[in-house]
Amino acid sequence: MSEKTQRLDIVTPEKKIFSEDIRFFVAPGSEGELGVLPDHAALITALKIGLLRIEQEGKKFNIAVSGGFLEVRDSKATVLATAAERAEDIDVDRAEAAKQRAEQRLASKTPDLDVLRAELALKRAINRLKATGR
Amino acid sequence: MASLRDLRRRIKSTENMQKITKAMKAVSAAKMRRAQDAVLAARPYSKRIRGVLGRVALASGAVKHPLLAVREPKKVCYVIITADRGLCGGFNGNVIRRVTQELKGAVTEISMITAGRKGYDFFRKRGYNIDGQFIGLGEDIKYHTAQEISSLVIKKYTEAEYDEVYLVYSQFVNVLVQKPVVMKLLPAEPPAEEGQAKEGQAQKVNYIFEPAAEDVLAELLPKYLENAIYQGLLESKAGEQSARMTAMDNATQNASDMISKLTLSMNRARQAAITREISEIVGGAAALE
Repeated sequence: MSEKTQRLDIVTPEKKIFSEDIRFFVAPGSEGELGVLPDHAALITALKIGLLRIEQEGKKFNIAVSGGFLEVRDSKATVLATAAERAEDIDVDRAEAAKQRAEQRLASKTPDLDVLRAELALKRAINRLKATGR
Repeated sequence: MASLRDLRRRIKSTENMQKITKAMKAVSAAKMRRAQDAVLAARPYSKRIRGVLGRVALASGAVKHPLLAVREPKKVCYVIITADRGLCGGFNGNVIRRVTQELKGAVTEISMITAGRKGYDFFRKRGYNIDGQFIGLGEDIKYHTAQEISSLVIKKYTEAEYDEVYLVYSQFVNVLVQKPVVMKLLPAEPPAEEGQAKEGQAQKVNYIFEPAAEDVLAELLPKYLENAIYQGLLESKAGEQSARMTAMDNATQNASDMISKLTLSMNRARQAAITREISEIVGGAAALE
């Protein structure tokens, strides 16, 4: 018996990065994480920076997304991500460097510091590292 | 008739020009392929964000949002996307002509935001009020550029500096065809979803919204705007490169025609010179007898 699946598409402004049938995924919704199984009710939600955890026929993997939207309808899920990267595509060194840069910026406390932007950059960097960590 | 030496010189210089146009054609062909891939890769996102926006707008009904506020169009802004460089046939001219058409008969206060040097130069010289200019976009369009443009537009719109905002760019239809289009950016008009428009309200899906539909809409609108501009930039880039390729192809062709014409008249001139010499010799010999 084959398991019930749903279609998951992940698109970013640059390109479509993922489009496959999967069993289950957990998305970082803006109001908290939410899991979506096939035949989920129609849903639209905003996403925050976080990991999209995907289960596909015994495989489990992560995709890092930096905010966006999720729409689920008729067992078809679409993630409109501002940016998204598969764990294996993430350059760990670069993410590490970005993290350090953001930390330094936050620590330096210069008056013209855009705290919000630096914090977001830090969050994204940490998120990318987390995606590769598992 | 031009002298032999002049003809040789002209052939030489035309050949040199042809080398340049040929090289430019090859370069823009390579760039075009890249730009074209980028446009095609970006289209799914555009299409979907429009779909989602339409469905969210439908579900949230008459929501008040600063970007949806409809005002009497007294102050209109045009966001104009052209290329940074010329030598691409009528590409820039077409976009500019489209804008001038729009402006004809407009009594409103007009301001512009230009992306690309050509549009900027043109409208600055004619004394238009340019609120923002983005020059030197490079070969790879950065999403960041679109974000900058859209945040400028959003800021001016929410401060009621603009009552309407239009985007003018060149749509990449195919390698031979680029169509200048004008698109209304603000007040945002959520596109009616094709399927639902046809099948009526019965098809309306009841979505769960998290957070509330209004909040999703508030987050979605700026993203939608960014994406529309980004898409415009990409389309324009691909169009520019393919227009340049076509233009350079024509130029190379014209140079070939010119060279063959000039070669023909050169040969004629040479022939004439030889004939003249012979007849002079013959004439000279005859005079001696």
